[in-house]
Amino acid sequence: MAVVAHFLSRPVLLAYCLLLTSVMANANQEIPIGYLELQQQRPPLLSNVLPEPEDSGLQGARLGLADNNGAGRFVGQHFSLLEARLDNIDALLKQADDWQQQGIKLLVANMPAAQLEQLSMHFSGTDTLIFNAGSPEDNLRHSRCLNNVLHTLPSRAMLTDALTQWLMAKRLKHWLLIEGQRPNDKAYAAALRRSAKRFGAKIVASKEWTFDSDLRRTAQAELPLFTQTKEYDVVVVADELGDFGEYVLYNTWYPRPVVGTQGLKPVSWHRVVEQWGAAQLQTRFEKMATRWMTDGDYAAWLAIRSIGEAVAQQESSEAGALRGWLLGEQFQLAGYKGRSLNYRPWSGQLRQPIPLVHSRALISQSPQEGYLHPTTDLDTLGYDRPESKCRIAEHTAGAN
Amino acid sequence: MKKPLLFTTSIASVASALALAASQALAATAYVSNEKDNSLSLIDLDTMKVVKTIPVGQRPRGIIFNKDYSRLYICASDDDTVQVMDTATHKIIGELPSGEDPEQFALHPDDRRLYISNEDDALVTVVDTLTKTVIAQIDVGVEPEGVGISPDGSLAINTSETTSMLHWIDTETNEVVHNTRVDQRPRHVEFSHDGKQLWASSEIGGSVAVIDVASKEITKKLKFKIRGIHPDKIQPVGVKITDDGRYAFVALGPANHVAVIDAKSLQVLDYLLVGRRVWHMTFNTDQSLLLTTNGMSSDVSVIDVNRLKVIKSIKVGRYPWGVVVKP
Repeated sequence: MAVVAHFLSRPVLLAYCLLLTSVMANANQEIPIGYLELQQQRPPLLSNVLPEPEDSGLQGARLGLADNNGAGRFVGQHFSLLEARLDNIDALLKQADDWQQQGIKLLVANMPAAQLEQLSMHFSGTDTLIFNAGSPEDNLRHSRCLNNVLHTLPSRAMLTDALTQWLMAKRLKHWLLIEGQRPNDKAYAAALRRSAKRFGAKIVASKEWTFDSDLRRTAQAELPLFTQTKEYDVVVVADELGDFGEYVLYNTWYPRPVVGTQGLKPVSWHRVVEQWGAAQLQTRFEKMATRWMTDGDYAAWLAIRSIGEAVAQQESSEAGALRGWLLGEQFQLAGYKGRSLNYRPWSGQLRQPIPLVHSRALISQSPQEGYLHPTTDLDTLGYDRPESKCRIAEHTAGAN
Repeated sequence: MKKPLLFTTSIASVASALALAASQALAATAYVSNEKDNSLSLIDLDTMKVVKTIPVGQRPRGIIFNKDYSRLYICASDDDTVQVMDTATHKIIGELPSGEDPEQFALHPDDRRLYISNEDDALVTVVDTLTKTVIAQIDVGVEPEGVGISPDGSLAINTSETTSMLHWIDTETNEVVHNTRVDQRPRHVEFSHDGKQLWASSEIGGSVAVIDVASKEITKKLKFKIRGIHPDKIQPVGVKITDDGRYAFVALGPANHVAVIDAKSLQVLDYLLVGRRVWHMTFNTDQSLLLTTNGMSSDVSVIDVNRLKVIKSIKVGRYPWGVVVKP
């Protein structure tokens, strides 16, 4: 608790302490949750003017915890968060083992796909339930199925499908695709190619960004020539870390919009999302963390809130029972996106609308009107049941 | 020659003044809060036209009259205050210490105590409107929203959206005495005229719980189905029940419809198409008309309660939120 308390302002802290005492008074169900984050070195980037917050994810988890306890205190449930943020996976696994000893079987993981798979394997054969709040990797949703993992972060395919639906609605069908050299950029570009094929867009030219000059000084000279290809309606960029993408805007050979990882972006969360009560979540978050809420924060918040709602709806905190409930049809979670959210029973992916934003405004939200689906139009985003090999709801968490 | 002329003129002016006074006395006026225009739109319910737009505090949402309609209380959410407007002059004559981010409130039958939801602070603030002091602050769930007070004044009910609960507050002690879990994002509560039933809408859960007040048990959960509209878009918010207990109306948000319910059999009778994103509603004095605020289309729909038909839509300011009628 002390960890949570140190960054709170005094009146809030006071309120928090009061809350804590009232919780102590009637708590009879303890629900501890472990937060595991693999801290990574960020490579040097060209557009490094506005750095990402270092505690992205963690603060979202903390807010989720506060929100859970806001409800739990009325019914004698108390949630707590144990935090481990380390720079190697072995140490994290050891921490998770220690927690396991203490009976902590609900974990929120903020780490890349490879380490997440390690974590998932490590706990195979147990009823530990892991929430993926850090990896958008598509193959975790369609082929490398993890029975003990639910995904609150949208997959890349969900993001690029959301973007592509909007592009098709705008009749921006001819694309110039520019991709970076990092594996994540390649994965994002692959997701874009899949979306193009799925919704009928044409990639008229495809280029890889290989330059190593400092674009802040030379973008004006380099990019017009680089984007001088067969004519396109739109430039689609795959540059997840923001190395060169920011400089493509306003520098293209043809005066065309830029979308993808820069320009108009499909995101799971952003400061400009304010409808459907989202303004309240943003305010709560900013009060607590004194910064804006990122998509990583939102994914961790969703994970903790999923646990909170499942415990409240199910009146059990046993990991196996919770998993069954979360993957069932009865589960509902309000996520400030104007819809009730729930999990796909095949892949464990949380269904959710995807906002399309630029830095100062929400432009649209997908699924777009007219994209229909026999179950829910949210399943027009990402890997649908027939496209995925996963059937995790048919197995137990421990099966592998 | 001059005298009679003068006489006629003055008669005429007196007559027109009288006529004006009469029309002012007769015509009921609807007050609509425009969340994104920081204003109120006043609609004359005889002509069904906006007759006045009054600038108020930032992000006005909940609005409510005192008993004799001499004052209007306005939740100016982004100013963290409740403004008090004199309805004769339409001037803001004071502010109440509402706590932060007041959104919705209800006035106790004693005409003094306001129960205000402080959305950002998980509190309900009870304010004495006479002494302008805070009587109590009550800890509730996350994002408190709807407030309803039982007709006998003994109970205040508050909904907390993120916690998905109704908190039952004893107005004598100002303490939470009971909690009822409902579906996701409860927005609004409404007592039946006789105080025996409590209706609570759940926006994201897509349902309305009808609760027996004596036993505090949910007796029925109403669900809605409109052909051609995805169930996720059916998001109940505002609820109004006629005093005679015949009909209940439920505003269904982005489904752009108001559900009509037989309040006795609890069966849905019809869905009426109104403007976009319909949230709150109010009756006129004799309950022959129901007005709805449609946020996305920035208008108010007028429903004829006896014929169950939408008869008019009236353009107001941006994002209309609350509506109340002064006789």
